[in-house]
Amino acid sequence: MNAIEVHDLSKSYGKVRALSGISLEVENGEIFGLIGPDGAGKTTLFRILTTLLLADEGSASVNGLDVKKDYAAIRRQIGYMPGRFSLYQDLSVEENLEFFATVFGTTVEENYDVIKDIYSQIEPFKERRAGALSGGMKQKLALSCALVHKPSVLFLDEPTTGVDAVSRKDFWNMLARIKASGVTVFVSTPYMDEASLCDRVALIMHGKIIDSGTPAGIVAKYPYTLLSAKGTPMYPLLKYLRGKEGVINCFSFGAEHHLAIDSSVTDARKILSDMTEAGFKDCDVHRISPGIEDCFMNLAGENVRK
Amino acid sequence: MKEFLAFVKKEFRHILRDKRTMLIVLIMPIVQMILFGYAVRTEIEHARVDVVGDLTDPAVRKIVDRIDNNRYLDINEILPSVSMIPSRFEKNAADVVVCFGQDFGPELKKTGKGSVKIIGDGSDPNSAQMIVNYVTGVIRSEQTEISAALSGESSSGFSPSIQLMYNPAMKSSYNFVPGVMGLIMMIICSMMTSVSIVREKETGTMELLLVSPVKPIWIIISKALPYLIVSTINFITILLLSRYMMGVPIRGSLLLLSGVAVLFVFTSLSLGLLISIVASTQKSALLLSGMGLMMPTVLLSGIIFPCENMPGILQALSHLIPAKWFIIMVKKIMIQGAGFPYIIKEFSILAGMTAFLLTVSVKKFRIRL
Repeated sequence: MNAIEVHDLSKSYGKVRALSGISLEVENGEIFGLIGPDGAGKTTLFRILTTLLLADEGSASVNGLDVKKDYAAIRRQIGYMPGRFSLYQDLSVEENLEFFATVFGTTVEENYDVIKDIYSQIEPFKERRAGALSGGMKQKLALSCALVHKPSVLFLDEPTTGVDAVSRKDFWNMLARIKASGVTVFVSTPYMDEASLCDRVALIMHGKIIDSGTPAGIVAKYPYTLLSAKGTPMYPLLKYLRGKEGVINCFSFGAEHHLAIDSSVTDARKILSDMTEAGFKDCDVHRISPGIEDCFMNLAGENVRK
Repeated sequence: MKEFLAFVKKEFRHILRDKRTMLIVLIMPIVQMILFGYAVRTEIEHARVDVVGDLTDPAVRKIVDRIDNNRYLDINEILPSVSMIPSRFEKNAADVVVCFGQDFGPELKKTGKGSVKIIGDGSDPNSAQMIVNYVTGVIRSEQTEISAALSGESSSGFSPSIQLMYNPAMKSSYNFVPGVMGLIMMIICSMMTSVSIVREKETGTMELLLVSPVKPIWIIISKALPYLIVSTINFITILLLSRYMMGVPIRGSLLLLSGVAVLFVFTSLSLGLLISIVASTQKSALLLSGMGLMMPTVLLSGIIFPCENMPGILQALSHLIPAKWFIIMVKKIMIQGAGFPYIIKEFSILAGMTAFLLTVSVKKFRIRL
């Protein structure tokens, strides 16, 4: 039995279609990443799976329990960390944790070993009000509260949004340890670079899953040769590259552009010389292996074209 | 049960840590009582009476002395001419002017008719009406004496003696104490409960609470409980203040009064719950309870404007205001000393309203987002 199963799930808010026909499966004991930009429908899917929203069509189950019919049973078995920091700001760290432990019918002492790894880091500040914690500490407290009743499935909705790079890395290490203790982790993130830290991922956009599988599997499916190009000025270069023959698509990636090319028509050397000829300065073009983001951009582009 | 206690503990922490709100909530009834008791009173005391007339005339003298001896009226100044009256009112130096006709006494003796004119400052119609009534009363009683003396009989005709059974001194506090009680309980229970539930929606903690195995009904009860206690404290404060500061009697049974208050608290709580279901932000909850509950309560429950004087449609509307029925009951119990049989109609109406509101709001309370 899979930890989470979703079949043809659809949900609309009035005219806006948040999810259209989503299907996915999350196996027991894995970290499954739901990756997509803001507004892709991640939070809606989370809320349906945590029994907070009802889907319009399709079915979904958590631990084999139907999200609509058996919502009460599911609520006892899952841990949920919503996207926003949603603990009580006017209660102290300790009081928050105790409250959520009691509400879920347990005590902090009983399950201390489950949260020890994470909670011990904020325990020195347990007298402090939750509202006065730093972003990273808030996140650790929220995770402790979601874990304190030993859930078998943990839902984390964008846990690393708005957290600094070091804390993000920290957080993923914690997730790895949580997974090691046998908990299934279903996590969403808008950061493509976090995909490689998941066992399996699903890419979501405009309420549709555009691809899913292991991060390596998704990258391996990338169909084109990928080049990275640099040169000044950047923006005219992007326009220039997009208009060139043999360039399938071109996207800006920070300080460089990634372009997919048809290798039977053109290659890196040709593009470099064309760029220099066209008057761009400090030019550099070399071949790179694609990342999840490249796959996402490509798939998203295909989806729009379709 | 342990879960429920944890909820209650949490709610108390929220309230106790928000010292400012707590202070406002506990002091509000005291301030309102003092405000209504001393600042917004409607009875008249020491109204200033100016006189235009010849004070050497014994008939005039007698009436003026009589006015001066009245506990509500004080003789202020003797004006030499009628033309000064407007400036006296403009300077707010007098509340009413009594003008005696020329040769008032001799005329009265000769023809049996005297002319007296009472000029009130009408810019505040309510108090002007009252002051003029007082002055008229004084003059009328003088008139009966004079006419008795003139006709030579001990008494002719009759004058009614008026007694207001339950409020002989016409104290306005008899009216506003029940009103303030209703208002305060309404504010505390509806506004505070709805805001505290909506706050959880707004900060996102409601999401977590709903995901927990705790039944929503317990969440609601734990939200209501602290405010039940706060309103009990307020109820006691108001009773103590009204009894010992305002001198409003509690003639009926205290137990019955408390029972009625508890019923009204439940009405207000269910209204607050209903608001928290409709509103999604604290601001809208505040506005809803402020405009949607407070305004109609103040205007239509008879605290300020008597329901009997309202146009038909507003009167019909006032029947829908729960506070109206509560206030009627409190008046009957506190001031008339009525027992349960005399308030059974109002009690049933309020109980029916409460049952209806409570079922609707508990039914509508969402188990999902």
